[in-house]
Amino acid sequence: MAAAVETRSPAPTQHRVSSWWRHVAALTHRNLVHVRREPAQLSDATVQPVLFTVLFVYIFGAAMVIPGSSYKQFAIAGLVVFNITTSTMGTAVGVSSDLKSGVIDRFRTLPMARSSILAGRTFSDLLASILCATIVLITGFVIGWRPGNGIPGVVAGLAVAVLFAYAMSWLMACVGLSVSDPESAQGIGLLVLFPIAFVSSAMVPTQGLPGWMQPIAEWNPVSAVAASLRELFGNPNPAALKDNFPSQNPVFMAIAWSLVIMAICIPIARARLKARTID
Amino acid sequence: MTDVPVIRAEGLRKTYGEQLAVADVSLEVQAGRILGVLGPNGAGKSTTVRMLTTMTHPDAGAAWVAGHDVITDPQSVRRVIGVTGQDATLDELLTGRQNLELVGTLSDMSRRDGRARATQLLEEFELTFAADRMVKTYSGGMRRRLDLAASLMAHPPVLFLDEPTTGLDPTSRLRMWEVIRTLVADGTTVLLTTQYLDEADTLADTISVIDHGLVIAEGTARELKASIGGDHLEVTLEEPDERAAAAFAPLASGAVQLMDGGRRLRAPVVPQRGLVTAVVRALDDAGITVDDVEMQHPSLDDVFFALTGHAAEEPVADLSDEAAAQDMLMEV
Repeated sequence: MAAAVETRSPAPTQHRVSSWWRHVAALTHRNLVHVRREPAQLSDATVQPVLFTVLFVYIFGAAMVIPGSSYKQFAIAGLVVFNITTSTMGTAVGVSSDLKSGVIDRFRTLPMARSSILAGRTFSDLLASILCATIVLITGFVIGWRPGNGIPGVVAGLAVAVLFAYAMSWLMACVGLSVSDPESAQGIGLLVLFPIAFVSSAMVPTQGLPGWMQPIAEWNPVSAVAASLRELFGNPNPAALKDNFPSQNPVFMAIAWSLVIMAICIPIARARLKARTID
Repeated sequence: MTDVPVIRAEGLRKTYGEQLAVADVSLEVQAGRILGVLGPNGAGKSTTVRMLTTMTHPDAGAAWVAGHDVITDPQSVRRVIGVTGQDATLDELLTGRQNLELVGTLSDMSRRDGRARATQLLEEFELTFAADRMVKTYSGGMRRRLDLAASLMAHPPVLFLDEPTTGLDPTSRLRMWEVIRTLVADGTTVLLTTQYLDEADTLADTISVIDHGLVIAEGTARELKASIGGDHLEVTLEEPDERAAAAFAPLASGAVQLMDGGRRLRAPVVPQRGLVTAVVRALDDAGITVDDVEMQHPSLDDVFFALTGHAAEEPVADLSDEAAAQDMLMEV
């Protein structure tokens, strides 16, 4: 009888690391299965980018003048950032849905690290961000956008954008872990994301903004990412004409912002999850 | 060896805000045994389970599962337990098989072991036909079975079942009992909560009765019954007879009670072979005709009522009995 209660021997560290990755992979896979079963979940990353790209280019483009180029060439980099930023809403909604569903109680009694739940969620959302950015680029290409620096420039720009989306995903995880249900996550998420996405150089050159708003837009991480993409893609970047640090060093700023957001949000998200799963 | 309890709790206490959920619960379960934690809704059963399964931190007290402290070493506890709660903890958008395989992976089983075990459990719980359907298409009984199967994936030696049969139809309930018995026969230690007295009576080796967050009695079903007075013998006569009590008294273990104007006699007795025959013969010898004899064993309902002053279960219409359900409706 005593044999029946023997504990399986605790795994050595090496094994624990590989088992953490297995858990993350399994949870990522679970989230992807959800998307396959309910494809509407992914509309933020599939239908919305096509719609926004076409609408912005043909509606705003009609009124906007970009010196020496066209709005279309200017806008695609901004639309990549705009769309992947707003698509991180999926993380807030996903995390809060998980917390509300019964399955979280199952996870709580399994010998797994809580951190793998968040890692699995942000990884599957990372894949969604890559899909979203790719869809914007393809749509842009179809309607006539051309990157001046070729494929390597596009890949480098994509890397910067996806790093930023991953960081924002952790911010949105904090939102999802701080509200009581998926509906609130969506509401609060929009409230956080829309100002960040709009008060920036993503969709318009900041030169046209009211004076007091310009510094906010210049220091906004979304502007840094948008300017980085324009530089890396080889598209017109009016911000380069401005003489301030963020406008002159967009790639540095984009990467620094992404790392700072992660450094702050990852520990907060982990602590929030712990607080929400032990009561 | 079997003296070391596999599950041990000492003075567990938990409040949620102003609400005292568990005041003071201590309990022990020996290896390979079933402890039934019996109490009405809101008695603190689920909170006790949540503390023992590392889901909730107690405000005071301590507990160990298979020697691991639930507060300081929750991961080791999670490696030896399976938990099935009142609400199914399943992923609605995954299939039954995917749910089991996910639990397998998260319990550090190899992919091959996880697959084989999932197939085996789906078979055992008669879910093979629905294995590749999304759980959201499952019926209540199927979810319960899958949920229990998920708890058993990693062969846990210690199992916590929080009201495993609440809301199940009678057939599913009997099947669940069979499953639990089989597990214990294989050496699993079980803590089971229930608000059904017959369930505790049938399954549990020992029973802890809890009410308002306190353990108010513990022991085997037999001990609990004995504690409130044991068996009684009730004799119904053809017609009242004043000599009857004197004839019955020597065979009873306490005072003989007269009811129905002396037509019925009731007295505590110590059950033994031939007792009923002896009573009937004694009355017959005195020339008294006996119509009916009934041996009354106290039920756990009597125990619960004696201990708490209120019934354990709210009267619930038995779904298998349409007429009873109708009566209930009429009364309302």
